[in-house]
Amino acid sequence: MRPNRSEEPAHWPLHIFVLLMVLITVYPILWVVTIAFSGGQSLAITNVPANATFGERLRAIVPWPAHVSATNFVSLFRDQPFARWLLNSVVVAGMTTILGVALACTAAYAFSRFRFPGRRVGLMAFLVSQMFPGTLMLIPLFIILVQWLKLGSTFTGLVLIYTVTAIPFCVWMMKGYFDTIPKELEESALIDGASQATIFFRIILPLAKPAVAVTALFSFMTGWNEFIQAATFMNREDMYTGPVGLRFFVGGFSQQWGYFAAGSIVAAIPVMALFLFLQKYLVSGLTAGAVKG
Amino acid sequence: MADVILEGIKKSYGAVTVIEHLDLDIRDQEFMVLVGPSGCGKSTALRMIAGLEEITGGTLSIGGRVVNDVPPKDRDIAMVFQSYALYPHMTVRENLEFGLKIRQTPRAEMDRRVREAAEILGIAELLARKPKQLSGGQRQRVAVGRAIVRKPSVFLFDEPLSNLDAKLRVQMRAEISKLQKTLKTTTVYVTHDQIEAMTMGHRIAVMRSGQLQQVGTPLEVYEQPANLFVASFIGTPPMNFVPATFTDGGATVTASGFKMPVPEPFRAASAGRDGAKVVLGIRPENVREASREGGGETVRVTAKVEFVEPLGHEVIVHGRVGDELIVAKVDPHRSPRIGSTIDLMIEVGAAHLFDAATEKRLGS
Ligand SMILES: Nc1ncnc2c1ncn2[C@@H]1O[C@H](COP(=O)(O)OP(=O)(O)OP(=O)(O)O)[C@@H](O)[C@H]1O
Ligand SMILES: [Mg+2]
Repeated sequence: MRPNRSEEPAHWPLHIFVLLMVLITVYPILWVVTIAFSGGQSLAITNVPANATFGERLRAIVPWPAHVSATNFVSLFRDQPFARWLLNSVVVAGMTTILGVALACTAAYAFSRFRFPGRRVGLMAFLVSQMFPGTLMLIPLFIILVQWLKLGSTFTGLVLIYTVTAIPFCVWMMKGYFDTIPKELEESALIDGASQATIFFRIILPLAKPAVAVTALFSFMTGWNEFIQAATFMNREDMYTGPVGLRFFVGGFSQQWGYFAAGSIVAAIPVMALFLFLQKYLVSGLTAGAVKG
Repeated sequence: MADVILEGIKKSYGAVTVIEHLDLDIRDQEFMVLVGPSGCGKSTALRMIAGLEEITGGTLSIGGRVVNDVPPKDRDIAMVFQSYALYPHMTVRENLEFGLKIRQTPRAEMDRRVREAAEILGIAELLARKPKQLSGGQRQRVAVGRAIVRKPSVFLFDEPLSNLDAKLRVQMRAEISKLQKTLKTTTVYVTHDQIEAMTMGHRIAVMRSGQLQQVGTPLEVYEQPANLFVASFIGTPPMNFVPATFTDGGATVTASGFKMPVPEPFRAASAGRDGAKVVLGIRPENVREASREGGGETVRVTAKVEFVEPLGHEVIVHGRVGDELIVAKVDPHRSPRIGSTIDLMIEVGAAHLFDAATEKRLGS
C-alpha cells in the first residue's frame, strides 16, 4: 500500500538540490563548449571594465559566447594537424583495445579455471602493480622502450605500454566474471564433445559479453586519454596523440584556448559513442536461465 | 548399448579419500540407481564414470573398453545435471543441436533427431525459446532432450529432479522411467531420495561414506536389507530398531517390552547363542492394531500412544512399548488419542535381526 500523498515528505527540496548539483557538474563543461564555439582563442568571452556594473559581471560568468561560430572546429582540421593526431589516437587506442581484450580474456580464463603453479603469485603481482603510480615507471620504461628496444615515437611502443597498463585491471575484472559462470556449463559442453577452444569461444565468451564490453571500454579509454607517457615517448609532432596535441595548443608560447576547447570536444565524441554502443552489452544477468531459477 | 563396470574404483582429493574401493557391475540396458545420504560420494562416482573427475585407482570400463584415460567426449555418454546446465545464450533448439553440430551430424539427421526428441518430451513448441523463458519443469525436459538426441550408450543423471516441486517430480519420475524403457539405454541415476530409487531403479546401489552397502532390486533391498544402515535408509517411516537378546537357547528374542520367537530365516544363526545382543528391526507397516485381522504368526504388545500423525490414507502412531518407542501404521478411521493405550500385533515373519556389534543382517 502506498502511503497517503499528503503524508509523504515534499519533493521540491530534493529537486532543487539535484538541480544545483547538476549545475555544478555541468558548468565547467558549458565553459568548454562556449569557448569552443566563441570563434576566438581567449579564455574570457567579454572584457570586464574596471568599474563593472553587476550586469556586466554577471555576463562574464554566464557561459554563452558573444557570437556563435564554428571556425575553431574548421580551423582545427584545416590549419592544424589535429586530424592526424586523432588518427594516431584511434590507432593506438584501437590496437590497445584489441590486444588488451584478447590477452585479458585468455589470461583471466586461465586464472579462473585452471590450477597451475604461480597462479596465486600471478594474480597478486597484477594487484600489486596497481599500487604504484604510472609516473614512477616513466624512467625505467624510457630506458627499456627508447634506449633498448628503439621504440621511441612508434605506435608499437605506446601500444605495448598501454596494453600492459590496462591488463591487470582487465584480468581481475574478467576473472571475477568468469568465476560466476557455472562450471557445469563447461562440463556439459565437454561431454557434448566440445574442445577447450570451442568451450571458450562458443560458451564462455558469449556469456561474458558484459565483462568483455567493460574490458574493451577500459582498454580504449586507457589508450585514448593517456597523456604523460604519450608526451614522453612521442617526440615527433606527426606522431602526437590527441591529448598531446591538445597540450601543444596551450603549452609553451601558444595560448590557443579555442582550439584546445574544440579539440577536447571532438576527442570526447569517440568515447561517448563507444559507451552508447556497448551499453546494451553492459547489462548483466546474461547467465539467467543457465541453471535452476 | 553398453555395460558399465567399476572395479576397485578409488577416489582421493589429496589426502582425503572420498571413495575407498567401489565394485559395481551395471548391466547393459539396466536402470541403476545410486542412492545414499548427502556427501556419501554418489556424485563423485557418477562424475568418474562421466570422465569429469579423474579416477585415482581401479578400472572403469564401458562396453568392454577400459576408459580410465578416455576423455568424456569419447566415452559415448550423456549427462543430465542437477542444475540442468543449459547454455543460456542459445535457444532450446541450439541447445539440443550443440552436441550434434560438434560431432558434425548431417543437417537432415540433426533435424530428425531434434524433432523426435522434442516430440517425446513434449517441448516441440519451445524450440525457439531461450532457457530463461522456460519453467523449471521445461528446462528439465530440455536437459533430458539434450542427452537423448545424442543417442549415447549410457545416460548419467545427477539428481535431475531435486529442483522440481513435489507434483512435477512424481510426473518426471514416471516419464524418465518410461523413456528408459523405450530407449533401452543403460542408465546410472544418482539420487538421495529413496522413493525415487525404489520406484525407478531396476537395481539400487546403496552407498554410505564412500562405501557400497548393498546392491539389489528394490524389493531385495527392502525385504532383506544387508545391514542397519540400509534398513533405516530404505522405507518410510523408517524401520523400528529395538535392542534385544536371544533367549531360550536362541529360540526366542527378548526386548524390554516383549518377547517373540526368532523368525524362521534367522533360526540357523541364532541357535545356541543365548544372551547374544542383537537389534530387532520391524517396519511400521508390519505392526498393526490387534483388532485388525491378518494372517501369519504375531506377538501382541501394549503401547502407550505418545504421538499421532494422520496422513489421510493411514495414521502413523508412535507408541511406547516397554522402554522402546515403536512406530506403527494403523487404520485411518481409528486414530488413537495421545496418552491412551492400544494393543498392537507385531508380524513375526516380517521381523529382521541384525548383529548388535557388526550391524550386519544375521545369517548373511
Ligand atoms: N574437490 C573436493 N575436494 C575435497 N573433497 C571433496 C571434493 N569434492 C567433493 N568432496 C567430498 O567428497 C564427498 C562426496 O561428495 P559427493 O559430491 O560425491 O557427494 P554426494 O553423495 O553427491 O552428495 P549430495 O547428495 O549432497 O550431492 C563429500 O564428503 C565431499 O566433501
Ligand atoms: Mg551430489
